[in-house]
Amino acid sequence: MSEKDRPLLIEAQDFNGLLLSLKRLGYATYAPTVRDGAIVYDLVDSADDLPIGIGDVQEPGSYRLRKRGDGSFFGFVVGPHSWKKFLHPPTVKLFTINSNGKIVANLENSDQKLAFIGVRPCELQAIKILDKVLLGGEYLDIVYASRRKDVFFVVVNCIEPGGNCFCASVGTGPEAKDGFDLCLTELLKPDGHYFLVRIGSEKGRELISSVHYRQATDEEVELASRLLTLSSEHMGKKLEIKGMKELLYRNLDHPHWDEVAKRCLTCGNCTMVCPTCFCTTVYETTNLSLKYAEKWRSWDTCFSQEFSYIHGGPIRYSISARYRHWLMHKMATWMDQFGTLGCVGCGRCITWCPVGIDITEEVKQIDKRDGEVKVKVE
Amino acid sequence: MKDSIPKLAVFKFSSCDGCQLSILDLEDELLEIGRRVNIAYFLEASRATVKGPYDVGLVEGSISTPHEKELIKDVRQKCKTLITIGACATAGGIQALRNWKDVKEFVSVVYAKPEYIETLEKATPISEHVKVDFELRGCPVNKYQILEVLTAFLAGRKPNIPSHSVCVECKRKGNVCIMVSNGVPCLGPVTQVGCGAICPSYGRGCYGCFGPMESPNAESLGERILQLGISKRDIVLMFKGFNGWSEPFRKAGDAFEE
Ligand code: SF4
Ligand code: SF4
Ligand code: SF4
Ligand code: SF4
Repeated sequence: MSEKDRPLLIEAQDFNGLLLSLKRLGYATYAPTVRDGAIVYDLVDSADDLPIGIGDVQEPGSYRLRKRGDGSFFGFVVGPHSWKKFLHPPTVKLFTINSNGKIVANLENSDQKLAFIGVRPCELQAIKILDKVLLGGEYLDIVYASRRKDVFFVVVNCIEPGGNCFCASVGTGPEAKDGFDLCLTELLKPDGHYFLVRIGSEKGRELISSVHYRQATDEEVELASRLLTLSSEHMGKKLEIKGMKELLYRNLDHPHWDEVAKRCLTCGNCTMVCPTCFCTTVYETTNLSLKYAEKWRSWDTCFSQEFSYIHGGPIRYSISARYRHWLMHKMATWMDQFGTLGCVGCGRCITWCPVGIDITEEVKQIDKRDGEVKVKVE
Repeated sequence: MKDSIPKLAVFKFSSCDGCQLSILDLEDELLEIGRRVNIAYFLEASRATVKGPYDVGLVEGSISTPHEKELIKDVRQKCKTLITIGACATAGGIQALRNWKDVKEFVSVVYAKPEYIETLEKATPISEHVKVDFELRGCPVNKYQILEVLTAFLAGRKPNIPSHSVCVECKRKGNVCIMVSNGVPCLGPVTQVGCGAICPSYGRGCYGCFGPMESPNAESLGERILQLGISKRDIVLMFKGFNGWSEPFRKAGDAFEE
């Protein structure tokens, strides 16, 4: 490695300096923080707001925090929130219309510079996917574009994957390769608490020079790389993606879709927590005098009937058709639509499904009984 | 002027009046409502009444007496558009809990002179008796949904009343799911949105006030709640609430009956 590319090392106590520098540069600093028994993303004032010494235990349909007994800043994985909520807000007013026909676009919060601190590699990939979906075509999503234009990414690699993580299977983690301003690997060594820092942009280089740092030693670089290799070998879940698209396309009538449907609540939680699900519904409100209207947009879910309602009824009426649509979109049709998987392996849909439906397990079941066709009842 | 604007009537059947009160709770909007519609019949608000027919009728309450069974037919005839409001009118309400038991026995135990009591064996939603044009759920209804229905009626458009789960609203608000993070049983996944996910926002499980969502898989949720360590008896009680007589909740409750 050339000396120029050599990672840097900062001490954990200097982490706060990065945060303060970002604030001084006018960024709103968002980071993981504990609220209501989970690690959520919110505004933070200092490193003290991070979930210090807190870890998480995740299983299908279950999430609990635990005390780790150490001073780690990032000893957990992804929680119920994703960065999507800042870039592609859950509910947003698009514009207002007066009875004289005057339309006023709502551009609230569109000039705020955002710093996302503690973004995981899978989440960075999710944002790249959203970029493609919402900015990649002929028509830009202006809400997303305005929020996306100045985002500072402090990525944190995952040295301890969670119980439902499978980024290694889909190639999005546990280490970020590019697309960040700074990428940290947390090192808790007997002699102290450090972050190995890779610089990904000029902005990143300027920021790091605002705190005390030194070049990392060979031993430190190797330690980080060893931890990340171990991490990729200890993912909570696995998914075989080779041939998966073809597998799914040829099993549209598989009996397993009906078996999942017996459990699926069509509650939509999986699509809400998924960092790449982008679907929305738009609706108008009018006031009683009918002289003023507002146009709003909210996250929608393909698990609702209204989502596919076209004159006369929903296209996907049965629960099994709706579950199949979601899984197929994430794991197969997305590839034809946008050229990548729609899934980054974050495991949120597994954890936050109230009945613990596991997308990796459902693919496995179909693979196991590849080619089975459900008996049609006339 | 009053002649050119639509006539609104509000009727009460077996109910607690909470939904009608929700209309009166629209304090900031009441005057404007009064300008847009002629509040022709609304006994909870005024003794002054105007004779029918009415352009729009809001009906609160379920049908639980022989008298009501006849009265609702008359109300239907008088109203061009009939909208039922609240859990009683749309699902039978809390008084429908008697539907599982012998109402004569209740009457004999509760009243000193049971022979004065005229009641039906079952308390049932309005839609079992007459055609209903729109159902607004909730125990009580959400006043903003009432406003939306009235505004939509005036504009001649479909009201924007979604029928998906409470979870969608809960997640949009950024709540941490209490069922997943804390093992609290919650009916949100099978309940229709409309309340703004109030209970989960304060750490309590959803009680199902807005009744079953569009495609409720209540038995699967019941199984999950059982796994969380809740007894079958308590699961039955969860489903047999304000909307217990609605078919999906009734079936799910019965399925866990021991
Ligand atoms: S499908 Fe599930 S695991 Fe994949 S990105 Fe979405 S929430 Fe994460
Ligand atoms: S899975 Fe459903 S909600 Fe998610 S992006 Fe696809 S269609 Fe939209
Ligand atoms: S898979 Fe789970 S989270 Fe998704 S709709 Fe079905 S029950 Fe809800
Ligand atoms: S708390 Fe209840 S309503 Fe909210 S997401 Fe969880 S199950 Fe759904």
